[in-house]
Formats: sequence, C-alpha cells, structure tokens
Amino acid sequence: MALKILYFAGLREAIGQSSEYLARPDGVGNVGELHAHLAARGGAWQALATTKNLRMAVNQEMATLQTRLEDGDEIAFFPPVTGG
Amino acid sequence: MKVSVQSEDFDVGAECAAIARGRTDIGAVASFVGLVRDSNDGAGIARMTLEHYPGMTEKSLAEIVEQARGRWDVLDATVIHRVGELRPGDAIVLVVVASAHRGDALKACEFIMDYLKTRAPFWKKEETPEGGRWVDARESDDVAAGKWKP
Repeated sequence: MALKILYFAGLREAIGQSSEYLARPDGVGNVGELHAHLAARGGAWQALATTKNLRMAVNQEMATLQTRLEDGDEIAFFPPVTGG
Repeated sequence: MKVSVQSEDFDVGAECAAIARGRTDIGAVASFVGLVRDSNDGAGIARMTLEHYPGMTEKSLAEIVEQARGRWDVLDATVIHRVGELRPGDAIVLVVVASAHRGDALKACEFIMDYLKTRAPFWKKEETPEGGRWVDARESDDVAAGKWKP
C-alpha cells in the first residue's frame, strides 16, 4: 500500500497540492528520509526544506524525522500550529 | 466529555448549563472563550480562515482533555473549536471544565487552552489590507504551554 502524504496551511499553498499517494521509495524507512526524498524534487518542493520549525505527524500522531514508516502510513507535513 | 470541530457558532451559556445539567456533584464550571480580534501584529484584520487536519484535530483535542483529567479532578469538559471563515468579533474557541472545586476547573481550563494553542493542528490565515498571510506561531504560546510540568 502506498504512503498517503498530506500538506497543510502555508506549506500546502507553496506546494500547490494538499495530498498525494506515493509508493514508498527504496531507502525511505523513516520520516526524515521521506522528507529528503520529497524536498529533492526541487522547485516548489523546496518549501519542505525552508519552512521554519516544520512539524510532522504519522497516522495522525505528532512525529519526528526519526519516526519509522510502514506501507500504508499517513504522513502529514505542516508549519507550527496557530489555533485557539 | 465533548469535543467538536465545527464551522457553526456556539452558545456559551447553553454549553455551560449543559455540562452541569442533571448532576449535583459539580461545584465549579470554568470557561474560556477566544474571539477574533480586528488587528494583529500592526495590521487590520478583515477576516480570517481557519484550516485544520480533520481526524487528527479531534484526536489531539481529546488527548489534551485526557491529560487534563489526569492532572486535576475534572468531572466533565467541553472543547469546541470553529473552522472556516471568521470575522472580528466572532467566537473561535470554547473550553468549559466542570469540577467539584474552582481550583481544578480553572487550572484545567487554562491547561487545555495552553496545550491546544501549541499542539492541536489548526492554522490561521488572516486577510489584511496588504493581502492574506499565515499567522506565525508565537514564542509566548510555547512559554505558556511550557509552564505545565510534564
């Protein structure tokens, strides 16, 4: 099963899409490796590398670059939250 | 316990009354209401849009309430957060906490707001005379959340 990747807020606008499905690329075993893979697309995807204090979640729980990934996981990238 | 993420407005009085209805063990109901201000960081705000992460938002709010229950004697709690387009004067967020005594209710209410501000996946985009801008996270919110020891 492919990874489901979500983008929110300013990052979603910069990238120009809110979600995508991606077969887990070879060598991508954690969030940091996925992040590097996506940012390496260049162009608008560099927003992943330039967003200050980028946050991430795996299966709707806050995660870190070290969090392991399994096929079928839902991964989200977003800027620091500003609700309330 | 009630957690709701909704575009519709809420009735503060009705929510405060509902939490204590039909029970006599509650001695204190504390509430907090957050409103949209008409200015922020030196710019006028005509309106704002609140985006969130459906699914994770509700889970995150429920988890924050659970943490509050673990720290204080909380008998019941309500958290309502609005999403979508809002204007100055509109209510954004409501936290209501019911306890036997005021200390628990007031502290738990403040804790839930402090954690919500730094952990629940909501994002504000403001419309100013210069155009739209995403609100930056505030360091003061991290400081506020940090005062609650793990």
